[in-house]
Amino acid sequence: MLSLIPAGLLFASALLSSGAHATQAEHIRASHAWIRLLPGTLPAGGYVTLRNDSDQPASLIGASSTAYGDVMLHQSMGQQTGMSRMMTIDHLDVPAHGQVALAPAGYHLMLEKATHPLQVGDTTKVTLHFADGSSLDTDFLARPANTVDAD
Amino acid sequence: MKLPRLARLTLLPLLLASVLLLTACHRDEPMPWQLTDITGHMPDLSFKLTDDTGKTVTAADYRGKVVLLYFGYTHCPDVCPLTLAHLHVVMQQLGKLADDTRILFVSVDPTRDTPDVLHGYVNAFDPHAVGLTGSAGDIEALSKRYRSAFTREPDKGDGSYDVSHSSGIYVFDRDGKARLLATPSDTQDKLIHDLHLLLSTGDQSLGNRP
Repeated sequence: MLSLIPAGLLFASALLSSGAHATQAEHIRASHAWIRLLPGTLPAGGYVTLRNDSDQPASLIGASSTAYGDVMLHQSMGQQTGMSRMMTIDHLDVPAHGQVALAPAGYHLMLEKATHPLQVGDTTKVTLHFADGSSLDTDFLARPANTVDAD
Repeated sequence: MKLPRLARLTLLPLLLASVLLLTACHRDEPMPWQLTDITGHMPDLSFKLTDDTGKTVTAADYRGKVVLLYFGYTHCPDVCPLTLAHLHVVMQQLGKLADDTRILFVSVDPTRDTPDVLHGYVNAFDPHAVGLTGSAGDIEALSKRYRSAFTREPDKGDGSYDVSHSSGIYVFDRDGKARLLATPSDTQDKLIHDLHLLLSTGDQSLGNRP
């Protein structure tokens, strides 16, 4: 009989805590989302700033889009050493009460195998996937190849 | 031949003076370059490649123009486009002077970067950009010439691959002499500043012509 109380308390607190934490995606605000469009079937670069308002860090583990057959999370490296290379990364942490930017010459999405041609000015939905299984849909604006600023 | 004493007295100092003047002209009071000065450290621009219209071109075709040489590839979604986008801004800032400038985008991925692919690509960035491709040997020779390096990374399983490559921009004067090196950390302003100097000094190789 007595053992029911702790069990009940545990159950209640579990319910409360899951409600309070919500998913990683629910705590993320995405902004400055854009795609650098390159001609023909060349891969495009995707950029976005992610702000996390949670007490817990969030972890971006990938992205997908109906507009592209393949989307990978990459990091450009070596700008200071003089050798440019790209690495696929399997996750990108967004600090608690902090932000991370996918921006030119750093973290970016590599979007390949476009399912249909995109035009400058189009918005494309990209789904960002987080480590807890949650996801966030974000509209990315297609910009010309020679875009310098995200703003 | 023995010159009259007076002649010898005046001629020698005159000769000395003119030699000193010439030396002063050619040995810079250092030019105020903002980029890294590589004058005399790298060989003259020389190559034989295919441009993005399918024409065979050599460095001679670009003599008289200030050349910005960059190694990259079109399947690069981030750094190469950013570099070319920055160079586009530089060209815009140069205004009319840009007519005497060429951006040579040399592909380190000649397998995928055919003239057609390069044509669409460079045109998406700037009218002064030219795409260059060629045999693996010719590309490698040009890359080695400027101690640049590139590596084709392993296939990603679906036939696609990345290419690691040097990220510097080599700047040549109108005579094809290697003069400056711009790195990704150098601002556009430095490049604009130095290009102004190279473009406004007509065709000369070294030194400060009055």
